Amino acid sequence: MDFWDGNFGVFLIILAQCLAVTVSVLVALAFLMYADRKVWAAVQMRKGPNMVGVFGLLQSFADFIKYIVKEVVVPAGADKTVFYLAPMISFVLAVIAWAVIPFSDGWVVANLNVGILYIFAISSLEVYGVIMGGWASNSKYPFLGSLRSAAQMISYEVSIGFIIVGVLISTGSLNLTEIVRAQDGAFGLFSWYWLPHFPMVFLFLISAMAETNRPPFDLPEAEAELVAGYQVEYSSTPFLLFMIGELMAVVLMCALITLLFFGGWLSPIPFLPDGVLWFVLKVLFFFFIFAMTKAIVPRFRYDQLMRIGWKVFLPLSLGWVVMVSVFAQYGWFWGAYARWTTGG
Amino acid sequence: MAFTYTRAARYFLLADFFGGFKLGLKYFFAPKATLNYPHEKGPLSPRFRGEHALRRYPNGEERCIACKLCEAICPAQAITIEAEPRDDGSRRTTKYDIDMTKCIYCGFCQEACPVDAIVEGPNFEFSTETREELFYDKDKLLANGDRWEVEIARNLELDAPYR
Repeated sequence: MDFWDGNFGVFLIILAQCLAVTVSVLVALAFLMYADRKVWAAVQMRKGPNMVGVFGLLQSFADFIKYIVKEVVVPAGADKTVFYLAPMISFVLAVIAWAVIPFSDGWVVANLNVGILYIFAISSLEVYGVIMGGWASNSKYPFLGSLRSAAQMISYEVSIGFIIVGVLISTGSLNLTEIVRAQDGAFGLFSWYWLPHFPMVFLFLISAMAETNRPPFDLPEAEAELVAGYQVEYSSTPFLLFMIGELMAVVLMCALITLLFFGGWLSPIPFLPDGVLWFVLKVLFFFFIFAMTKAIVPRFRYDQLMRIGWKVFLPLSLGWVVMVSVFAQYGWFWGAYARWTTGG
Repeated sequence: MAFTYTRAARYFLLADFFGGFKLGLKYFFAPKATLNYPHEKGPLSPRFRGEHALRRYPNGEERCIACKLCEAICPAQAITIEAEPRDDGSRRTTKYDIDMTKCIYCGFCQEACPVDAIVEGPNFEFSTETREELFYDKDKLLANGDRWEVEIARNLELDAPYR
């Protein structure tokens, strides 16, 4: 028997795959953090980080070292176990969600048949990192911040869930690879789901911002009112883990938009080859949108946030699910809403 | 409040978001206002009130005649002066201390000085690692005067027409 077919060989292969994904995502994250700051700075007519390395490209790594070597301060009244557990949960959950993201056709660590459900479950759990962090700090502002995030993340998961259901009805599969394959058509970018599911793209984008606590929905860490929300008492490496976890969740949401509505690794022009490059470009584009939104939109008030979530997004996405079901059942619009034969 | 269709349309078409996005992109490509501080520095007015210095006459004689007007006018009481006649009979300071941690950089001392001895120069980069280093004595102030004399003299000349 070949070594690579044995238990240990398979284990090594899987480990290598996990490492490859994790390391590349983490390295990409360092540069995305830098890109985020650069975009933010450019909109405010600043230059942003430009001292460390060429054009400041190594700024994130300098920050990384700074976070690592600083002292970890634990408040006297904090619950130590939970206090340390919270950032780890936040980080680990953000990382493991990448297991089911297909970077290209077949480039996926775990080709789960319930991939989208898995991601949804993981991103629902992410709220625990925030809640535990706020609770364990045993302090006013972190507690208020974590309460806010609990309500916020749960509210927007509802609408995100319904938006995803619309796509699932069209595809007939929960497998992310199949969802992308179903968008492969003769018309390039016009075959993708953004066209039949057009309004949902924006709903998903906005919900994703709320779900990941990104501005303009960064109420859990609103520095004007809560100092830094649930992160107030955190310093050094635990804070770094929180920050990486948060940013990774943002990039995950960008990847999810790309996969669900913008054809993942598919090329937008029919005769160009598909590949991982398209996936990266699309994710970068949506990250740019996220960064620009952070720069241009003022923070929402808490009641506005709840009103949009429950009174606008929920009815809209629910109505859309019903509509898509009817379209798909009767095969209207040249079968744009029912691609079960091509998909899963 | 009456339901307005234009408002609802603007709301659902994300009109404000796209307007803001356009504006954001405009400034995204606008020339940057950033000054690369340690390498580039902004212009300073001749009246800029920075680090203190005690000046000398061109022949090397110190200007200060220990009249103690600066000590008297200093609102933060940061200046301490002691004086006695020198061997040649001229009145000079034996001690001229400025506590830079007390100083509020109001510039009253240089206004009060009848001989332009104590001045606030253009230097604003004199941070120290210890608090004690900020208790300036006469030697330090005279050294500052020697170091910044060219700039200080030019600034005084530029500002003279307005005095």
